[in-house]
Amino acid sequence: MRILIKNGIIVNAEQKMETTQDILIDNNKIIKINSTIDEQVELVIDAEGKYVLPGLVDAHCHLREPGYEYKEDIESGTRSAAAGGFTSIACMPNTKPVVDNQAIVKFIIDKARNEGYVNVYPIGAITKGLEGKELAEIGELKFAGAVAISDDGKPVQNASLMKKAMQYASMFDITVISHCEDMDLLDGGTMNEGYQATTMGLRGIPAIAEEVMVSRELLLAEYLNAGVHIAHISTERSVDLIRHAKKRGVKVTCETCPHYFTLTESACEGFNTFAKMNPPLRIQKDVDAILEGIKDGTIDIIATDHAPHHIDEKNVEFELAANGIVGFETAFALSYTYLVKTGVITIEQLVNKMSLKPSKILGLNKGVIQEGRVADITIVDINKKYTVDIEKFKSKSKNSPFGGFELYGTIEYTIVNGKLIVRDGIFM
Amino acid sequence: MELKSKHILGIRDMSAEDIIHILNTTKEMKKIVLSDKKRVPYLQGKTVVTLFYENSTRTRLSFELAAKYMGANAANISASGSSVAKGETLIDTGRTIDVMGTDIIVIRHSMSGAPHLLSKNISASVINAGDGMNEHPTQALLDMFTIYEKRGSLEGMRIAIVGDIYHSRVARSNIWGMTKLGAEVCIAGPRTLMPKEIEKTGAKVFDSIQEAIIDADVVMSLRIQLERQKSGLFPSPREYSKFFGLDEKRVKLAKPDVLIMHPGPVNKGLEISSAVAEGDKSVIDEQVTNGVAVRMALLYLLTGGKEIADIN
Repeated sequence: MRILIKNGIIVNAEQKMETTQDILIDNNKIIKINSTIDEQVELVIDAEGKYVLPGLVDAHCHLREPGYEYKEDIESGTRSAAAGGFTSIACMPNTKPVVDNQAIVKFIIDKARNEGYVNVYPIGAITKGLEGKELAEIGELKFAGAVAISDDGKPVQNASLMKKAMQYASMFDITVISHCEDMDLLDGGTMNEGYQATTMGLRGIPAIAEEVMVSRELLLAEYLNAGVHIAHISTERSVDLIRHAKKRGVKVTCETCPHYFTLTESACEGFNTFAKMNPPLRIQKDVDAILEGIKDGTIDIIATDHAPHHIDEKNVEFELAANGIVGFETAFALSYTYLVKTGVITIEQLVNKMSLKPSKILGLNKGVIQEGRVADITIVDINKKYTVDIEKFKSKSKNSPFGGFELYGTIEYTIVNGKLIVRDGIFM
Repeated sequence: MELKSKHILGIRDMSAEDIIHILNTTKEMKKIVLSDKKRVPYLQGKTVVTLFYENSTRTRLSFELAAKYMGANAANISASGSSVAKGETLIDTGRTIDVMGTDIIVIRHSMSGAPHLLSKNISASVINAGDGMNEHPTQALLDMFTIYEKRGSLEGMRIAIVGDIYHSRVARSNIWGMTKLGAEVCIAGPRTLMPKEIEKTGAKVFDSIQEAIIDADVVMSLRIQLERQKSGLFPSPREYSKFFGLDEKRVKLAKPDVLIMHPGPVNKGLEISSAVAEGDKSVIDEQVTNGVAVRMALLYLLTGGKEIADIN
């Protein structure tokens, strides 16, 4: 099918076009970009007054399949991703069974090809069964199609094993993503350590539980001269540690998530399990530091950590409640509203952090609108204000603390591989 | 006057006015507890169920007696002998009790916030009888009543709370309540057992028991659980007792008419010496008696009870 996008403002990570452009898509490719294109096509999209972005890329999500289909599956998860403007997503391996062998990688890729709405790239496990004991078959995972490895959710506690994992993975040039959390320092904590936890009688998760392991990974990466990507950083000192490491030339990249620059621990008030996540929501000084890190480039990318859970796993005692929130469908609007509209970064920088840079970190050839490229495009209306209604999420799960938030930046069109998935804000 | 809330979940969100109202009602209820004929019709036809996920002697029995003294139907469920042992969730168990026509569910649970969760999912009133490390509002009310009855007010009182503050729901509820009533609350315990930023509650934090209890009007000792030692929070019971135990020598630092309190059960010789626990300044037994009266007052007020003077 041929699609013509008329009169949109193209925003690439390098630059925002000053004048409106037309984009002609044929089959799955962008074949022409020009100030005026007049061609007979099957579908014309009027993008007047809207931003045309390279499709968003998420380096960190949970699709739950195989094993936890009652929370989400590849079909519903990719539907949710497309509704949020994502055209490529990388899913974490903490499924059942764990993505620690090539068969599961291939299962996810095949399933996504048949049932998915966006490009899905599996992330393999660092250790077999995420048990932190023996390395998974990292080489085979890579050749089966895994774009990175991570023991997300069950971080490798043994420093020596992590050293070997980074050393071994560097041989295959596969990105190692570390969820940084020292389980001994976690010590049964369920929300940020501080006054809020004290007043609710909950065990706190100290910032150092994250920071001790961020330090470890930075030192290991420096020692090995290998790369590491730090997942979802949430504290001021994590930003500082990474900023200094980058200055020293350590090959480190990192991500944060929208909830870490929009919410604080106070969202947990009243034992609100929709605000329970790991790492936990911190305090204002951490939020400020995360914003500073986003601004100065210390924080490379914004990931969703899309973590759907069934209501029965959230409507329970706070300490028993599952960690995480639905991320895809609010990520862009939260980022636009809290980062671009407030002047922390420009829209081009946001496109870099939500499309080009994550694509580079995962080794995907995505994130640019250019003639000859695969047509992964997201069209947004940054002027449209809306109220988040979690009941309308396309995800199977509705666990989000952002219900009722008034945000700017609606996803109007999502085009994946030249196919229109979301049209006029409505899932096709 | 009616209580502002349908539930008693914690002291943190309770107004000073409501606390005083409860304490004044308790005063009337105590007369019934101490009388020969412990039977009043205030709760006739009402049903009170205690749902306990943790062990308890004082709290549970006092709720049951409170309900029975006022003519209510009282029943109790404990986690070990119910469907909870089969894996039933709190909400499902709570709903089951709710739909049998229960007016008040009294819940004790090892997890903070469990009574709050229950209250959002059922129609009966919920009384928190202790949730995790969060609150134990009825204990704090009986503690405050014990002081209130003896001294007439908590305003300007210096109250020391000593022990494992971190894990103590009794300490948290008392800090909230006593500061609301104008007392100065001084807390002391090992730094490893002190919650982060607890000073923001208004409590004064001390590293030594001596500093905390100097000139105190009330000293409350908290139970120290031995399993805390195994998780590395203090080196040994012996060392704990040496630095934080309440003995006669230390009691002398407080005011001569100091009230010695303990929520029980007591580890005699560990956090408090037998001589102090059983001495003439101790009001530990009276706390237990007051516990019944406080719980009567709460059950009464939650079922729509008016000022006691009105019904007499």
